[in-house]
Amino acid sequence: MSDWPAAQPAADSVIEFRNVGYRLPGGEPLLNDISLTVRAGETLVLLGRSGAGKTTALKMINRLADPTDGEVLIEGRKTLDWDPITLRRRIGYIIQETGLFPHYTVEKNISLVPRVEHWPEMQIRTRVHDLLALVGLEPAVFLRRYPHELSGGQRQRVGVARALAANPSILLMDEPFGALDPLTRAELREQFQVLQQQLGKTVVIVTHDTGEALLLGTRIALMEAGQLKGSYSPREFLHSKEPVAAAYSAQLNALEKFERGE
Amino acid sequence: MAQFFAQHQSEIFQAILEHVWLVGATMVLAVAIGVPLGIVVARKPWLSKPILGGANIAETIPSLALFGFLLPVPWLGARADRLTITALTLYALLPIIRNTAAGITSVDPAVREAARGMGLTARQILFQVELPLSVSTILAGIRVATVLTIGIATIAAAVGAGGLGEFIFRGLAMVNNQLILAGAIPAALLALGADFVLGLMERFLRPAR
Repeated sequence: MSDWPAAQPAADSVIEFRNVGYRLPGGEPLLNDISLTVRAGETLVLLGRSGAGKTTALKMINRLADPTDGEVLIEGRKTLDWDPITLRRRIGYIIQETGLFPHYTVEKNISLVPRVEHWPEMQIRTRVHDLLALVGLEPAVFLRRYPHELSGGQRQRVGVARALAANPSILLMDEPFGALDPLTRAELREQFQVLQQQLGKTVVIVTHDTGEALLLGTRIALMEAGQLKGSYSPREFLHSKEPVAAAYSAQLNALEKFERGE
Repeated sequence: MAQFFAQHQSEIFQAILEHVWLVGATMVLAVAIGVPLGIVVARKPWLSKPILGGANIAETIPSLALFGFLLPVPWLGARADRLTITALTLYALLPIIRNTAAGITSVDPAVREAARGMGLTARQILFQVELPLSVSTILAGIRVATVLTIGIATIAAAVGAGGLGEFIFRGLAMVNNQLILAGAIPAALLALGADFVLGLMERFLRPAR
């Protein structure tokens, strides 16, 4: 089928899912017929409850999982045609705070990919400094610290810096603020927004938090039980009549009612 | 007693050197074989049963019998120290294999996932992440194996490989407690010393958490 003229990807499509399905080896389907496109500079939020298949969908972008049906295209090329190592080094990956290497200092954590890519030492050093400053951590203070000497929020910032180290054009974030307390979480979200405006990366975020989805996403892909229920702009999402989307909005409205004292 | 030690000083010293050589060579071999096998056990679950099973069986063979079994093996049987080091290595493998595998499998899955997601190769994950995080567990295995080997190495005297067992066997034959102690005390001190030093290394190399 490869000689069949494939539908041309949209001009600025960076990530494209085409009828993607994923089945466990036992045959149990986790994802069904997902099709969606992420354009350059967009922040797509995969919203859904635990077990909806968000993380699996995310992992198909950097080949931590491969589709069993359909295909995923990165920059117009099927993921299966990419060498996984090359592909992953072009994509920043951020998971909940536990992903830092406990035996490495902040400096080594951030510089690992540039180092295995054999960047010149001077360039690595400047890069690490710039990145720490970018995520709001004073380099002189944090360079030599180990992950266990950081707060949850600081660890998450280091995680962001590490993901940005090799200057990827795509950033994947799996519940990036999930393990943080609500205040730190709000703070980091805001800073991430500012950062995103500066950097203009193509971002895919997995979350089950409606507020986070509305705040960070330029588009929201709603997932439920392995299906894509729809993809909306934040405004469309709030006014959608789709039952699952409406349920999420209703949960937000309940909060507002409480605030208004009703 | 002290007088006895003073009189036989050079002989005892000689035996200690022999003993240390037997144990040292054994540990180098056992680590060189055991750590890679432990990595295989952690990586390939289907190979873990045969490898651990084999090492387990070696562990259950009485040491004197094992020396006997190996005696007729062509190249090995030709020299007592070859024979001894082979037998001792077989005993030392199990704790090293087991601890290496345990160390690697206990690495936080999120850390491994992050490493994969960053685009590290399997080899880079092993050397940059999994092994450094397992170092203290692996050393704990080496420590157990070393102490065990220092003890069992005394039996090597039975096949003429020398070492501190020499005194023990002579003492047994001559019903001379002083002779037995001349072998047993240094062997016990060696074991304690090795345990202490390796214990320090283990603590020093334990990754911060």
